[in-house]
Order: sequence, then C-alpha cells, then structure tokens
Amino acid sequence: MKVGVLGLQGDFREHINSLIACGVDVAPVRRIEELNDVDALVIPGGESTTIAHLAQTFEIFDEIKTRIASGMPAYGSCAGMILLADQILDAPKDQKTFGGLDIVVRRNAFGRQVDSFESDLEFKDGFPGLLKAVFIRAPWVEKTGAGVEVLASMQSHPVAVRSKTLLATSFHPELTGDHRIHQYFVDQVARPALKKVQ
Amino acid sequence: MAEVTGTGRVKRGMAEMLKGGVIMDVVNAEQAKIAEDAGAVAVMALERVPADIRAQGGVARMSDPDMIEKIQASVSIPVMAKARIGHFVEAQVLQSLNVDYIDESEVLTPSDYENHIDKWNFTVPFVCGATNLGEALRRINEGAAMIRSKGEAGTGDVSNAMMHMRKIGGEIRRLSSLREDELYVAAKELQAPYALVKEVAETGKLPVVLFTAGGIATPADAALMMAMGADGVFIGSGIFKSGNPAQRAAACVRATTFWDDPKVVADASRGLGEAMVGINVADLPAPHRLSERGW
Repeated sequence: MKVGVLGLQGDFREHINSLIACGVDVAPVRRIEELNDVDALVIPGGESTTIAHLAQTFEIFDEIKTRIASGMPAYGSCAGMILLADQILDAPKDQKTFGGLDIVVRRNAFGRQVDSFESDLEFKDGFPGLLKAVFIRAPWVEKTGAGVEVLASMQSHPVAVRSKTLLATSFHPELTGDHRIHQYFVDQVARPALKKVQ
Repeated sequence: MAEVTGTGRVKRGMAEMLKGGVIMDVVNAEQAKIAEDAGAVAVMALERVPADIRAQGGVARMSDPDMIEKIQASVSIPVMAKARIGHFVEAQVLQSLNVDYIDESEVLTPSDYENHIDKWNFTVPFVCGATNLGEALRRINEGAAMIRSKGEAGTGDVSNAMMHMRKIGGEIRRLSSLREDELYVAAKELQAPYALVKEVAETGKLPVVLFTAGGIATPADAALMMAMGADGVFIGSGIFKSGNPAQRAAACVRATTFWDDPKVVADASRGLGEAMVGINVADLPAPHRLSERGW
C-alpha cells in the first residue's frame, strides 16, 4: 500500500514523517500522475481555502473528488477535515470541498488563534487510548449523517469521525510525534477498505 | 481534560499550517478579499504597505483597530498585524482584537532601541524578522513562534532577502559541522542562548518555521526563496503596488507551491503586467535601511 499526502500547502511534511513511522510507503502528491500512483490519500493541515484553490488551479481537484467518491481511503486533519466534508459552514461563498464524508463542518468553530488550545482527548472504545490533541483555529463537526461514526468529541462537538473509507480529525496528530491516529488510519481504515476492493 | 491555550505547540503549530503559502500585506477589506481569493494563506493588515511608508516617511505605527476588524470580518483566513519593535502595549491591543499573529516588525518605527517585546507573556503568537542566525535565536528566546528573514521591505529588490536566507542557512550548516565542545564558543559568537544553539546544531534547522520577506515582487522571486529553504513567503508591497494585483497574487501562490518546477513558474510569470517599480537596496542611504532595525 502506498499512501499519498496532498502536498500543495500546509504541514504535509509532518504527515509524511508520521506515515513513515507507521511503516508504509509514502509519497507527496501535487499532480494527477502522483495521485494515480497512490492507494490512499492524507489531506494535511493548512488553509483549506488555499488548498482548494491550488487543487483547482492545477486541475487535480475533480480527480481527487472522483477517487474519494469511488472508495479511495482518505484521512484529513483540520483543513483536511473541512475538505472531506460534504457541507461546510462559515466559509467563503464559493469554497468547494472534495466531500465524501456525510458531515457538516463549521470552520474556525473553536475561535481564532488566541483560542487555539491543546487538551487530552478520550476516544471511544477500540480506539488507542487518551491522546494529546492540538486544536489550531480548528473546525468541529456540526452534524453527522448516516454511516458516520463519532470517535471523539470536545465541548460536546465531534472532533474525530469516520466512515467506511474516510477518517477526519479537527486536531493535528502530526504535530505531536504520537503516530497512533496515523496507525489507526493505515490499519483500521485504509487496509480493510483496500482489501475489500481487491 | 484541561484545555490549555497559548502553548508553544499551539503557537508554533499555527505557523506550521502556513507552510508552503504566501502571506500578503493588505491595507483594506477589498485587498484582503482579493488576497484570499488568490489563495493567500493569511493576510497582514497594515495602514500603509512598506513602499508607501518608505515614500511618505514619518513615524509608522500599529494600524487602526477599526481597519483591522473590518479586514477580520471580510475574510476567513488568518489575519496578522504589525506592532512596533518593543511596543508591548500595541501588542496587547492587537491581542485584545484577536489577531491571529503579531509581527513585531522593523517595517514600523521602533519604540525601543534596546529591547524587544517579551513575547512569552502573550497568548497570541509572534513572528519576528532576522538577518542572521543569532538574531533569529534571540527572538525565539524572547518567545517568537515563527521567524522571517527580513530582506529589505518596500524595495522590490530581492537581494537582501537572498543575503539573509543564505546567511541563516549558512550559519545553521556551520553549527551542524561543529564538535559538541565547540558549541559554547559558537553560542558566544552568535550572541544566542547555548540551549538553542545546541538544538539547532543537532536538528540542522530552526526550532520554528522560517518564512522569508522583504523585496519579493515576482513569482520567480517567491520560487527562489523557497529554493533557498524558506517554508513560505511574505509579500508586502509587491502585490498591491503592481499593475494587476489579483493576477500577480495568484501567480505568486502558484510559484510558491511549485517552486521546483520552472514550467509552472514560467506560466505563472506570463502576462502579469507591470511589477512594482522598485528601488535598488544599494541606492538606499543607510539610515533608510529597515533591516538594520532590531538587535
């Protein structure tokens, strides 16, 4: 299995390092050829407006959308969560997302940078224990549709959710040196999803 | 499950999210919107862009809170603002306005010619300019969560940005080559704390994100800075002092992402109209060189 990390903008190098620590093949993805070469995709933290803008400019946007819709496993942190959401609130009028995850996400829901925080976070059973979660101008999930499971909440809003093939977190595990979320994505989301396809 | 704000990880992490992006100087809500639509990762709200500060002279200060709030209301991307070097009350004001980052900036007229702001006292993170590694580490020691090489703001001349990036990079590479027992003297020479010097020697990089600034005016300038190891680019006067700001802004964003692909940089450089006129740094009299402010 080869996991791509969308490398248009944001902290994609940190995601690459986390995935390498999980023992998978990793490659940055900026072009369609690079996308075609990976089995799963991680969408990093960054500015969701900028990433969406660049993806459209370089004509990789529709391709990512199509791949996700047809079952490519993907994980998004923060901006990545926004980009995986079917619907977003508090965004510029014409901001598009790749979608695929039946959730409504509110951008910058926890506030501006002075409100950014870190906190211990508890996950539902089966998930790997307490985690130090870093929230930076973070979004939260306002509503979840059928087939979306809430894995963790903060201030009574979901901040980690998954479907069969997609995982999204409001926070940034790539900044903490704790690779359990990436390992969870690789072992519990991506591998089972890809096995089913084959 | 205590929620803690203003931690080092939260402040430095915010800068990590800006990597690979362009931060643009804007003086009103319309420009901020143009910047956001062009793909800027953040905007820097200020009263006058550096080129105008240079042309008009006088004392340059923090912006009007009304103007900053209008910009905050008009865009969803982070909004930064500048405080004068050492002016901790301007910084307190900016923090109370909920700006996302404060630039303690040599572009404004310094308020203190010996001390910088004690940035540990703030919840909001700070970015500071540096011309060399020692200066960068002194700022980090005072609590800066992001560094930008200074360049020479408001000139459209990239040569000083280049010089500062080479200097910072070169000094980091030199530290990595030293024996451990030589780092004490290296710290003395850099006039920087030993612990930070040792950390840089071990990791081969600054402990915070390093952007570049000061004189970047074209997509090729932006790509050059990325190739020199910058994590991202500030563009001040270069965009809104040019013929076609929206197009130039988008072009600089593209060139910053694909800095290593000359074809993309070439396409981004096409048909942009006039770049800002610019001033050669060599023609600036020494007292007008902003990069020499800061200590």
